[in-house]
Amino acid sequence: MILLRLFWEFFQTGLFAVGGGMATLPFLYDISDRTGWFTHAQLADMVAVSESTPGPIGVNMATYVGFLTAGIGGAVVATLGLIAPSILVILLISVFLDKFRDSRLVNAAFYGLRPASTAMILAALVLVVKATFLPNGLAVPDWRLLVLAAVLLALTNAVKQTKKLHPIVFILGSAVVGALLRLAE
Amino acid sequence: MFKKLAELFLTFAKVGVMTFGGGYAMLPILQREIVESKGWATEEELADYFAIGQCTPGVIAVNTATFIGRKKDGIPGGVCATLGVVFPSIVIISLLAGVITAFSELAWVKNAFAGVRVCVCVLIGNAVWKLGKKSVVDPWTAALFALIAAGAILTSWSPVVFVLFAALCGVVLKVLLHVPGKDGASK
Repeated sequence: MILLRLFWEFFQTGLFAVGGGMATLPFLYDISDRTGWFTHAQLADMVAVSESTPGPIGVNMATYVGFLTAGIGGAVVATLGLIAPSILVILLISVFLDKFRDSRLVNAAFYGLRPASTAMILAALVLVVKATFLPNGLAVPDWRLLVLAAVLLALTNAVKQTKKLHPIVFILGSAVVGALLRLAE
Repeated sequence: MFKKLAELFLTFAKVGVMTFGGGYAMLPILQREIVESKGWATEEELADYFAIGQCTPGVIAVNTATFIGRKKDGIPGGVCATLGVVFPSIVIISLLAGVITAFSELAWVKNAFAGVRVCVCVLIGNAVWKLGKKSVVDPWTAALFALIAAGAILTSWSPVVFVLFAALCGVVLKVLLHVPGKDGASK
């Protein structure tokens, strides 16, 4: 019974949270208030943990909350509940897109949508950059972070030997550098 | 068929494992794995999927996986790709759940992730640059890009507003004003 409720709660979250993982947060607070399955403090912890484990944040939150509530089964059911509406909606849209791929109207819409999509990702990047270089309202960024960013920019764009390497190489390398130089301190 | 679906599942599980820092951090990984290595989608299609993913319900990473999987192998493909992208989260979070708060408080984990976050910024920046070269193709799209970027950075309006506005602009420019140049068609 608890599994059914978990599925239903996360199905609603997946259906109404528009705009990516962080948009699920207000829904999770609401679930916490109504069900008492987990506390606000646990949610706050989870935001931090989601940023330090792989995977989309919304999915990590659903898995964690499901696990707290009903173990492994809960983790699976909550995650499936969260993604079920996405799958349904996107499948519908993509069938529709296939049908109208050659329509002038649809192509014209995408002519405008593409630069907008890129611009919105840029806006999201601005937030990530702020949180990374100026954490906790710091006024001046740590110079070591700036140096690391400059080195990574050069390695991924300018240096011939390294710019074709897989992105995960740079991510893991940065993790090692961060741990060795104690970049969070 | 089974082999193709297994390949989709495994590829997206790999993308899920390598995505640190939320849905947008998945973009550089997708460009490498899906566009460059597998050729399952083009840069333009990725931009399309992200645009739609931002104004439809759900997690963007999941929406994008469903799109690419469905395009490659139909509805079973969409389902397998999506299950693949969430699979690592389920395993990793369930394993860590007992010690999860302690884990994120560890000094070396905090330090390592301070480095990873810098890297994710740089990688997303590169990804935006790559997408921009394909989506900003003339003065009209450049103006639209600048307008939406300013709007999205300076206001807290819903992405739905920007997406509808941009689609409308595209239709007005192409269909009513007959702006020449490459179409938005994705093949």
